[in-house]
Amino acid sequence: MEYLIKPGRILLLISMLSLSGRLTGQDATVRTVDFNTFSGFFQNKNDSILVINFWATWCAPCVEELPYFEKIHETFKDQKVKVMLASLDFQRMKETRLIPFIERNQLKSQVIHLYEPDANKWISQIDSNWTGAIPATLILFGHQRIFKEGQYTFDELNQIILKLLNTHKQ
Amino acid sequence: MKKVFLSSVMMFFIVIGYSQGYSPGSKATDFKLLNVDGNMVSMTDFPDAKGFIIIFTCNSCPYSVAYEDRKIALSNKYRPLGYPVIALNPNDSLVQPKDSFSKMIERSKEKRLPYHYLLDTDQKVAKQYGATRTPHVYVLQKEKDDLIVKYIGAIDNNYEDAASTSERYVEAAVDALLQGKDVAVASTKAIGCGIKFKK
Repeated sequence: MEYLIKPGRILLLISMLSLSGRLTGQDATVRTVDFNTFSGFFQNKNDSILVINFWATWCAPCVEELPYFEKIHETFKDQKVKVMLASLDFQRMKETRLIPFIERNQLKSQVIHLYEPDANKWISQIDSNWTGAIPATLILFGHQRIFKEGQYTFDELNQIILKLLNTHKQ
Repeated sequence: MKKVFLSSVMMFFIVIGYSQGYSPGSKATDFKLLNVDGNMVSMTDFPDAKGFIIIFTCNSCPYSVAYEDRKIALSNKYRPLGYPVIALNPNDSLVQPKDSFSKMIERSKEKRLPYHYLLDTDQKVAKQYGATRTPHVYVLQKEKDDLIVKYIGAIDNNYEDAASTSERYVEAAVDALLQGKDVAVASTKAIGCGIKFKK
């Protein structure tokens, strides 16, 4: 179950990009995936730190903390750190809300649209302590898992990443 | 002596602070909260009820909105059978102005909500029950003088499309209770908006 955005939109985007001659933010790569596909993204990738933030455009505290994840992406882009913004927006809002939001805010981190409405089946697979409230964040590095339900500050995220990178060096 | 007293007081607060709320089988506490019609409502106001469908919900959360018609349907179906729906809004309106008491009255009138819609002032009940998101449902059953938690979780297994649901957890739980059976699925998880607790 994967959806790509309308071909017409991609054509429009390509023509816009060739006109402007530069890449700003992202668009055409927003994939809608089910949980099965989604979980494949973070299995057996032990050599880099993966920061997965669960959010939605209508979730005010999520939108509030997005800049921190963007800043993490920017700060550590030359290191083995990957930020993935997993949007839980409704399927019917992908075109009307999610994509315009990404374009407007020129998000640089990878955005994945996770659409698996039977949430009871997968929430506990992310973390047994997650009640399902967003925002929520999972940080993976080798066998280490750090999960938090609720908002992060930039400093908290930065400290966690630095600490993980340091332990790796030793 | 004073020290012992202080440390037991501190222990008390530590225990309360780390309380995880209810799980299936817990005894639920009654509440007395302001309804959209201006009256104070508690569960003792329903002497004929066999139990309750308590829904922590609000105006602002798209998941709560997506479930609005399904909450109304639950109320229409189960109130006559002895399980009225009581909705509680636990959000702090300073954090989310759309969830103020006056906006609750507006929503109630606009959607002609058939159930009580109460303001969980100071978010006391949400904290006590352990509700973390909206919507978050607690099905309670009267047993002698107690209210026992029988189900905690989602309304069903498809928030976006009511027609595509294959499991209706709340209905299944109440139907089982009506037949004197055990609730097969006593807790589920769902994506929802985190409750806006006071900062």
